[in-house]
Amino acid sequence: MSATATEPGPRVVVVAFPGSNDDRDAELALRGLGADVYRVWHAENELPPGTAAVVLPGGFSYGDYLRCGAIARFSPVMGSVVRFALDGGLVLGICNGFQILTEARLLPGALRPNASLSFVCRDVGLHVTEVTGPFTSRCGERKRLTMPVKHGDGCWFADPETVDELEASGQIVLRYAPGENPNGAVADVAGVRNPLGNVFGLMPHPEHAVDPLLGSTDGELILGSLVDAARMSSAAPV
Amino acid sequence: MKATVLVRPKAGILDPQGQAVASSLRHLGFALGDARVGRLVELELATEDEGEARSQVERMCEQLLANPLIESYEIELHAAT
Repeated sequence: MSATATEPGPRVVVVAFPGSNDDRDAELALRGLGADVYRVWHAENELPPGTAAVVLPGGFSYGDYLRCGAIARFSPVMGSVVRFALDGGLVLGICNGFQILTEARLLPGALRPNASLSFVCRDVGLHVTEVTGPFTSRCGERKRLTMPVKHGDGCWFADPETVDELEASGQIVLRYAPGENPNGAVADVAGVRNPLGNVFGLMPHPEHAVDPLLGSTDGELILGSLVDAARMSSAAPV
Repeated sequence: MKATVLVRPKAGILDPQGQAVASSLRHLGFALGDARVGRLVELELATEDEGEARSQVERMCEQLLANPLIESYEIELHAAT
């Protein structure tokens, strides 16, 4: 089932926090993939009617004060985002968005300063471990992706028991390829999902990998999967 | 009352800031083992009741000041002077 030219794409909300700086890139990438993108300021209390997916973008919300994402978690719009996620709505967190989702306890683990203490900004090889969910369905047999990272606090941490549970339940959707872990993340975790599979966060930036000029178009596989899933969820009877 | 909250990286958690501080101190000629770097938060509370103050600050720590997955915290209370 494909959208016709006149049919609007699924409504995808990109939340802008004070200090977000990838919200426009996310908007551009998602629009290019056919989404009807709404950029929503964090001070809004409600998501727009008909929202089919929410993206929390990269950046440095609230100057990364206290801990990355710790303050953005209490932005007015986050109450609606949490309710949307708990009702099964699709939520994607990229970089700072991933940090916000862990602080909001929607995703497991926490993100700590990079082991090197250096900001890293480069392309990394990634391995997709699950190609059936709403964030990776377009990957198909493409299990090896390349996307850029750019962060100072991307060292994902969880205790060993939690890591074992997440591995067993298939929630570690994305890992850094062997030898390419840029930040010291436990178990090479680059992205995790919640148990239900409707919330996903990752440190690499799919929105910066959507054009051959940028060095990779693999980000379209992640964002395109989200747009497909959002289209299906907005078409589903309520 | 006033409260001082000490937030520390939990034992066993990699603390790259602490490692960098320890390395710098060794370069300065100090002999030492580990260094761990945490955070200190000073609060002026609106209550003078110690029990109420402790309960408030504990909730502050759980909700915002510390991430219980990776950090532990200690609370000290002082009468406002």
